[in-house]
Amino acid sequence: MTFTLNDEQRMLKDAARDFFREQAPVTRLRKQRDEKKNGRDPELWTEMAALGFAGVIVPEEYGGAGLGYVALGAVLEESGRTLVASPLHSSALAGASALLLAGTDAQKREWLPKIASGEAIATLAVDEGAHHAPARSKLKIEGGKLTGEKRYVADGHIADLIIVAGADALYLVKADAAGLARRELVTADSRGAADLKFEATPAERMNGGADVIDAILDRARIGLAAEMVGAASEAFEITSEYLKTRRQFGQVIGGFQALQHRAAKLFTDLELTRSCVLAALDALDRGDKRIAEYASLAKARASETAHLASNEMVQLHGGIGMTDAHDAGLYLKRARATEALYGGASFHRDRYATLVGF
Amino acid sequence: MTQDLEAFRAETRAWLETNCPQSMRQPIAGDEDYVWGGRAYKFPSEDAKLWLERMGAKGWTAPTWSAEYGGGGLSGAENAVLQQELKRINARPALFSFGVWMLGPVLLEYASEEQKREHLPKIVRGEIRWCQGYSEPGAGSDLAGLQTKCEDKGDHWLINGQKVWTSYANYADWCFCLVRTDTNVKHEGISFVLIDMTTPGVETRPIKLISGSSPFCETFFTDVKVPKGNMVGRLNGGWEIAKRLLQYERTNISGFGSGARVDVVDIAKQHVGLEDGALADRDLRARIAGHKMFERACALTVQRAQEEAKAGGNVSHMASMFKVAGATLNQERCELMVEAAGNRALGWAGEGFTPDDLAVTRGWLRSKGNSIEGGTTEINLNVVAKRVLGLRDTQ
Repeated sequence: MTFTLNDEQRMLKDAARDFFREQAPVTRLRKQRDEKKNGRDPELWTEMAALGFAGVIVPEEYGGAGLGYVALGAVLEESGRTLVASPLHSSALAGASALLLAGTDAQKREWLPKIASGEAIATLAVDEGAHHAPARSKLKIEGGKLTGEKRYVADGHIADLIIVAGADALYLVKADAAGLARRELVTADSRGAADLKFEATPAERMNGGADVIDAILDRARIGLAAEMVGAASEAFEITSEYLKTRRQFGQVIGGFQALQHRAAKLFTDLELTRSCVLAALDALDRGDKRIAEYASLAKARASETAHLASNEMVQLHGGIGMTDAHDAGLYLKRARATEALYGGASFHRDRYATLVGF
Repeated sequence: MTQDLEAFRAETRAWLETNCPQSMRQPIAGDEDYVWGGRAYKFPSEDAKLWLERMGAKGWTAPTWSAEYGGGGLSGAENAVLQQELKRINARPALFSFGVWMLGPVLLEYASEEQKREHLPKIVRGEIRWCQGYSEPGAGSDLAGLQTKCEDKGDHWLINGQKVWTSYANYADWCFCLVRTDTNVKHEGISFVLIDMTTPGVETRPIKLISGSSPFCETFFTDVKVPKGNMVGRLNGGWEIAKRLLQYERTNISGFGSGARVDVVDIAKQHVGLEDGALADRDLRARIAGHKMFERACALTVQRAQEEAKAGGNVSHMASMFKVAGATLNQERCELMVEAAGNRALGWAGEGFTPDDLAVTRGWLRSKGNSIEGGTTEINLNVVAKRVLGLRDTQ
């Protein structure tokens, strides 16, 4: 196991960091939101794809870089820092993983090059109710046609390809397929999503059953946890800087022990969670047998840390943290969305206990 | 390089096969199995004595210390192999020692050649047991406020004062001690001296804790004469050494509790029971799962820090963080064990309770000290806030 990036991964991370700081700072998300774009920023995605971000885990034979999950995790972490609104997680990680693990040769040949180039956006449609519950899918398939519903599908409103998870099988559905109704959702995190309704919608069956679905979901969970650690780190660092500059009672408020201890606890929590996420990404690249445990560990811890960091960001900023003009609210809203997506702390505590045997 | 390591692994494995007694190849069952060494030490078994003698002769109780001071002279990579091989056969630590964990590392850094040659080999072989004279009745969290007086009497130092929370002072042969050598300044008036506990005027009194055990003492120094050569580092230069030693201590305490004799999951399975393969109390189950993840996160972070240290990164700032997390982790574990064991964990003595039951009770009460000893959680959070995050009192 290793926690340290190699030169190639380090260079990619630095490139991502520079690009997002310059081209996609939080102001870009704010602008998209104010212009009611609901997460649409095709120019940004084109630029990200040109830098290779869309094809990090896609093998070279399909037009990607074949660098693996640690590398993609590093890009996701950096994208989380500035709340970059893009299909990086949905398409480059979840969609690509689904095709890599469950795609037939023909499906891989058709879609992976388009995903890697950014030409097509893929997403994974899993949940059907208010909560993450992949095993409880009521999706029906008859004569190659899907009937059922999917809720709050991340990037479902902009995706070209929807990978639909049933309880024990996966299907490819093109966004323009007959019998697919998309209702665009305007979401709190300004990223947008979609509710999908399938009525005898033509679908292509993929390989694999419940095990493969779990393996794909675990990749999505670990990748999302990487984005969350990035966002939580940035939230913490912004807050820590504020404590060093805001003055009350004739001194900086960072001098008050009550606030110092909260900052120190949050920092400790972040460091512990970072270790879990790095270990989980590394486990994916090593092909570790206990991916499921690592995924639930990373996603549960990341959810708790994102929750704490975003709440502390608002509270420690005081009144300004409550205003729309400040970024704290944007970090708070994205934190809750990512906590819920692919299962929050409570879902993963339950799953971890089952996996470990109690 | 890898080939050399593999050869070292083969030699080590063969040596352990021959030299590690069978009874030393099983997990520690309780406090009585910890081997502390010392002049008058009564070993728990002949095997424990033999195991310490053999490991001490090899220098493997302090594997990375230089061989000229009795250490194993191993590289970091060789030590990693040794630890893996010890773990592979479930070997018990041959020695638990404040000398190895805390004093040795600072002697290597600050002591004179003569002091190193005198003290380090005896630490490695477990011949001398050390205690730590730091806290005083009036100097707890504010350690630098210590008042134990050390006067220059020409051919010796004269020491008067009182220490408290001196771990196992009643069993120790020597004490590494912080003393005041200048009363006009605070931090700059502290020195670091080594005191033979058999010197006239040294007296220890055990303190009984809420757990019923007495791991700590009050230690009194009345006109104690200490040779001039027993000061480590320069006069009034003790605070730097004191802080460095605390880093070693904090890292070490944070590792405590990992060797618990019973697992909280096993206790919960036994006393709460399973329903459909899951603990019947779902609320407790979720909290234990959260705790297990916290434990894993701590272990992974220790691993990451070791990797970063090896790669040349500065991880000294992590000591206080680990101390806080380690104390929280062990206290959380103990509280969960008491809760899971129900009234089985509320006994005190006698036949109505098994030794495992009683160990849970006593361990829980003992764990309350984890966030106090070696710097309270509050003090360590101060350290993280100030030194790591750069949050200052005056700006």
